[in-house]
Amino acid sequence: MRNPQLNARGELTHLLTLEGLPIDVIRNILDTAAQFVSIGEREVKKVPLLRGNAVFNLFFENSTRTRTTFEIAAKRLSADVINLNIGVSSTNKGETLLDTIDNLVAMDADVFVVRHAQSGAPHLIAQHLAQVGRSHVHVVNAGDGRHAHPTQGLLDLYTIRHYKKDFHGLTVAIVGDVLHSRVARSLIHGLTTLGTSEVRVIGPRTLLPTAAETLGVRVYHDMREGLRGCDAIVMLRLQNERMNGTLLPSAAEYFKHYGLTQEKLALARPDAIVMHPGPMNRGVEIDSPVADGERSVILPQVTFGIAVRMAVMSIVAGAR
Amino acid sequence: MRLEIANARLVDPVTGEREGSLYVADGRIAAVGAAPVGFRADRVLDMRGCVVVPGLVDIAVRLREPGLEYKATLESELAAAIAGGVTSLACPPDTDPPLDEPGLVEMLKHRARMLHLAHVYPVGALTAGLEGTALTQMGELTEAGCVAFSHADVALADTDLLRRAMQYAATFGYALWLRPNDPYLGRNGVAHDGDVATRLGLPGIPVTAETIALATILTLARECDVRLHVCRVSCARSVAMLREAKADGMAVSCDVAVHHLHLCDGDIGWFDANTRVVPPLRSSADRAALRAALADGTIDIVCSDHAPVDDDSKQLPFGEAEPGVTGVELLLPLTLRWAAEDGVALPTALARITRAPAQLLGIAASLAPGAPADLCVFDAQAAWTVGRDTLTSQGKNTPFLGVDLAGRVRCTLVDGEIVHET
Repeated sequence: MRNPQLNARGELTHLLTLEGLPIDVIRNILDTAAQFVSIGEREVKKVPLLRGNAVFNLFFENSTRTRTTFEIAAKRLSADVINLNIGVSSTNKGETLLDTIDNLVAMDADVFVVRHAQSGAPHLIAQHLAQVGRSHVHVVNAGDGRHAHPTQGLLDLYTIRHYKKDFHGLTVAIVGDVLHSRVARSLIHGLTTLGTSEVRVIGPRTLLPTAAETLGVRVYHDMREGLRGCDAIVMLRLQNERMNGTLLPSAAEYFKHYGLTQEKLALARPDAIVMHPGPMNRGVEIDSPVADGERSVILPQVTFGIAVRMAVMSIVAGAR
Repeated sequence: MRLEIANARLVDPVTGEREGSLYVADGRIAAVGAAPVGFRADRVLDMRGCVVVPGLVDIAVRLREPGLEYKATLESELAAAIAGGVTSLACPPDTDPPLDEPGLVEMLKHRARMLHLAHVYPVGALTAGLEGTALTQMGELTEAGCVAFSHADVALADTDLLRRAMQYAATFGYALWLRPNDPYLGRNGVAHDGDVATRLGLPGIPVTAETIALATILTLARECDVRLHVCRVSCARSVAMLREAKADGMAVSCDVAVHHLHLCDGDIGWFDANTRVVPPLRSSADRAALRAALADGTIDIVCSDHAPVDDDSKQLPFGEAEPGVTGVELLLPLTLRWAAEDGVALPTALARITRAPAQLLGIAASLAPGAPADLCVFDAQAAWTVGRDTLTSQGKNTPFLGVDLAGRVRCTLVDGEIVHET
């Protein structure tokens, strides 16, 4: 089975997941992003790469932050950006996902940026576009269910590479709700592809997938043990609905075991960086002194995120 | 119509194999080998190179009537059945409304009789509306034609009600066909809780969702001494439990869906909604255990678990797509493929789709003179490609689309009449 993200020439035509992406493709995205980072520092923050292209932000699930960063990225590439919050429009009128896509294709969309609550929805859209002979329309996954959030994974990789230069010899820990996290899945695939020496996941059994170790990670339940010797720590957001239910007794108990404090951070390497995909729950998964501390690279992540999304959109739009 | 089926290989799951002619008259098998005295065939079918078997019996074929005619109809699915060599089938009660009233069952039987295609044996709903709160009128439903009672794929949470249902059914000798399915474990799941669900971020259905319910069912059935058939076993652990129950002397039978013999969770690929089935495709180790259990007889029956689904209900993200596969036409070739791959003798393999399910229904499946002439004639070597245009069923939802299979039905007879011929 050919990787559905690559065209017959091996070019990236959709970005659906980091799983199975060749290492050269990932490196090319990161290298391209590096060039775009400087654009954000210029007076005129625009390049004409996507002039005349229509980028549709299709958000079937609410998101302000991710949608905004995609919008900024597309505008800096000079694309026309159309935002659609489908969660509150057509699907409520009975229109199916693929009907919506067909309609927007008829409006000459060039790139779909898709967020959907169901794992695999962007794959379905990409497959449908191929079936109806619209392979020139590109799909960028902005988060599907628990499955993947590849641009977040890429910006995390970019951040780690920026501070640590090389993935060989690195130990990276991902802490928290891995079970429901598309961010974790994408980052794990990216890290393993780039040859990271050790990837760890840390969390209670209720928040880890059944077969987590098959993703190529080491599983820890004791956070102190898991953080020892780490070069980078990625804290995951704990969704409100997970806090007081069958998965966890309370947010307070979660913080006690898995919240990142200065004291726990001291167990990692002295130059370890702290990351978080946002938005943060201070006092739940991360303590404020850590979030605001000198090891935190959470705000640079946001800046890099725009450059990475510019890189992804310009690369897929360049594929034919 | 008096027929001679000549030059074929006759495979009877009971009496064995022979070459030669089979003679049909007055809806029954008149003779095997030599023609009866004075027999003159109206038609001679030269079936050189083909196999003649008793008509296939598929104990799980959704006909989608009443209420779901946009997915399929009696006409379309009974035509699919005979195209697949199936001459008798049982249909689960998960229609809309469910088969919980005698009138619905009578109408279904009547409609099926008028069509003169395959024989239809309805399975009644165990509880009203399949809601799990009140027993149906099992006596009247039996008189209307129900051969057993089931809860289809709806989990039955109330174990007290389940026990009462078994006691009541045992009183009158009714059979219960139950799919073990815990109401809570994996209730939001869409795929086997294993490495594939982990990778794809799909909510999982653990094996324990099946085994806990199976333990409950077996425990209660033993106490109540009810006629029990366990439906759609999907994992190695269930197989072990059933093997143990049978070794213990318990009279229980069980079946597996034919797609579970060939597919596992890895076949979900990139979210192929055609692989979304209930119970879910399990691990390759589970699949191996199912295949071995079918060969050694722990699993008695293979069925298609036929569920035609309209394209609109399938062309959705994996977790929103309606579960089910169309399969009544694939029952024979996929069973043959299992037999060929695992070195299972043809009569043994065919017994799993003829004699064993016929026994469960209490009907004949034999090539002996005097038996009803419900027959399937197939060319075991004929290769064909599963495709939207080669399937008769209204449902085109199968992960085998594009797959080459060996074994094509040449001719199907029901009550001595040729109802399908290619």
